Amino acid sequence: MKTPYIENELKLVIVNKGKDSLKVSKADKVFKYIGLTLIYIFLVLVAFFALLPFYWMILTSLKYQDAQHLQVDNNFFIPFDQIAWSNYVKVFQVDGFDIPQLLVNTLVVVVISTLGTFFITVFASFAFTRLQFKGRDSVFYIFLMTMMIPSELFVMSNFITVYRLGLLNGERWETYVATFAPFLVNVFYIYLLNQSFKQIPNELYLASKVDGKSDWQYLWKVMVPIASPTLITIVILKVISAWNAYAWPKTVVLNDPTYSQITVALRDFAEFYIGNGSERRELITYEMAGTVIVTVPLILLFIFFRKYIMRGVGRAGIKG
Amino acid sequence: MENKNNYKGWLYLLPAIILIVLFTLYPIINTVLISFLSEYNYATGESSGFTFSNYAVILGFEDFPSWLPNGGQVEAFMRYALPNTLFITFITVPISIILALIIAVALNSIKALQRFFSTVFFTPYVTNIIAVGMVFGVLFSQHGLINEIFGTSSSFIPNSGTEPPTYFNAMLVLCIEIIWYEMPFKILVFLGGLQGIDKQYYEAARVDSASKFKRFKSITVPLLSPQILYISITSFIDGFKEYQAVAGLFNSRGTTSLEYNLYTAVYFIYDQVQTGGRNINYACAAAVILFLIILVFTFIQFAISKKRVYY
Repeated sequence: MKTPYIENELKLVIVNKGKDSLKVSKADKVFKYIGLTLIYIFLVLVAFFALLPFYWMILTSLKYQDAQHLQVDNNFFIPFDQIAWSNYVKVFQVDGFDIPQLLVNTLVVVVISTLGTFFITVFASFAFTRLQFKGRDSVFYIFLMTMMIPSELFVMSNFITVYRLGLLNGERWETYVATFAPFLVNVFYIYLLNQSFKQIPNELYLASKVDGKSDWQYLWKVMVPIASPTLITIVILKVISAWNAYAWPKTVVLNDPTYSQITVALRDFAEFYIGNGSERRELITYEMAGTVIVTVPLILLFIFFRKYIMRGVGRAGIKG
Repeated sequence: MENKNNYKGWLYLLPAIILIVLFTLYPIINTVLISFLSEYNYATGESSGFTFSNYAVILGFEDFPSWLPNGGQVEAFMRYALPNTLFITFITVPISIILALIIAVALNSIKALQRFFSTVFFTPYVTNIIAVGMVFGVLFSQHGLINEIFGTSSSFIPNSGTEPPTYFNAMLVLCIEIIWYEMPFKILVFLGGLQGIDKQYYEAARVDSASKFKRFKSITVPLLSPQILYISITSFIDGFKEYQAVAGLFNSRGTTSLEYNLYTAVYFIYDQVQTGGRNINYACAAAVILFLIILVFTFIQFAISKKRVYY
């Protein structure tokens, strides 16, 4: 006795709508376009909020400000003849913000720590995925376990360690080493590279053995080239995190800001001020020019290597 | 052959092992150890013995010894740092997850310009949080854009305008900044998850004429639950470790330079080290407590997820 019931319901639907199927599909299409338009409007709004701070940073860095005109307007555009390009010259004279020296400090640390991380990661992954030896898996599990522990637990002890190693005396190379040494090994990168190395068929390894190639040659001639997309991702993520590091680099340069990283100097040592005491006023245009100098290199890196960065981050996800 | 490989394997691992032991494994033991030492002197390694009072002081059960410097700073952990950390986490994490989910669903429903929008939305991720904080500081300054739009001149940032901000105003900007900064990563992960969902499920739902909301509730959310679990665990952990966002935005421990009411737990920990390291044993106790809190929350989330996550 079920059939009549379904018939009834079917009739009900048709009568209620009161339209033939052609009209219904037309109405659907209209609704679809309205919905799609709303979605695009929403996304444009989100994009506006995502980009506003960047636009405001660049815009403010090009506005005019001096002792007599401290007040900076909030207009969204600057007439072309009123753009204060000179802010980018004057920001080089700000006390505590010796840009050439800071860039040298930052680049040295970024380059050395990236190279160090690269080699350490390649060697460790090679050992974990290609070489057979006793205790390999236990070591790997210990490595993985360290990923679960928040790095804040290490700060005090690492501070004591670099102090005892004599790295906090304000000398150039000591400061650099103290800045990057605790972060050379990144277990997540090793894990990521393991995944790529594992996909390389073992037959290639045996074939290269037959050809008389050593492990060392096999690693650099076969494995590294095959895994190069992952390695590029690792290198870029490392460059970004080394460039953006703040908390630890600040902790190790307290005695002498000369060999500080540029991010630390931007926040803590740069004197973007005019006047003294109660007359002291912030020069936000200089401050924003400094911020642009620190931010733009990474934005450029992102634009050129978008694919590698977004894939690497999306794959498993890590934060800075 | 086997033997030779044995020694070779360890050789390749040696740099990683040395650094992990020196800068990760040893510090864990050392931090826990120092957290139980009284009057620890980091320069000489001397202490006056084993004690529980570091924890008692940090948790507010015992008064800070009056002969030591920076008393208010240490007491601020229980008074400000821990409450602020919990407040920031429980405000910013749910809001940014829901917003990121909505944005990812919107992004997934378009074809044209999808890559353009996802790139734009991801840009904040590669930016320096310190720089971001300074820009937000300008946007929210007393004569800044936000105040002009609302026709007000409220103070949001310490030590910048003519008057100090209220605690509420400072926290408001901080939460807005953190949400803005934390969204890109979540959007990227959610979008990746959405693109992995089989279109057949939605076709089937359309045949059954399920409403849009019902499709979202009964298909999208369950099939995205692994990503939602992953994101909520990592962002709770990140929330508990918030420090650089505060430093970038305020560069101040409090709404005035005499107060500590803008501390977070990790800000507190770094500050103990950076202000000379004389109270480093208290910082160690605080770090261990923070670690335990993170551990408990992670376990709770795993326990909840057992019932609600579909792999």
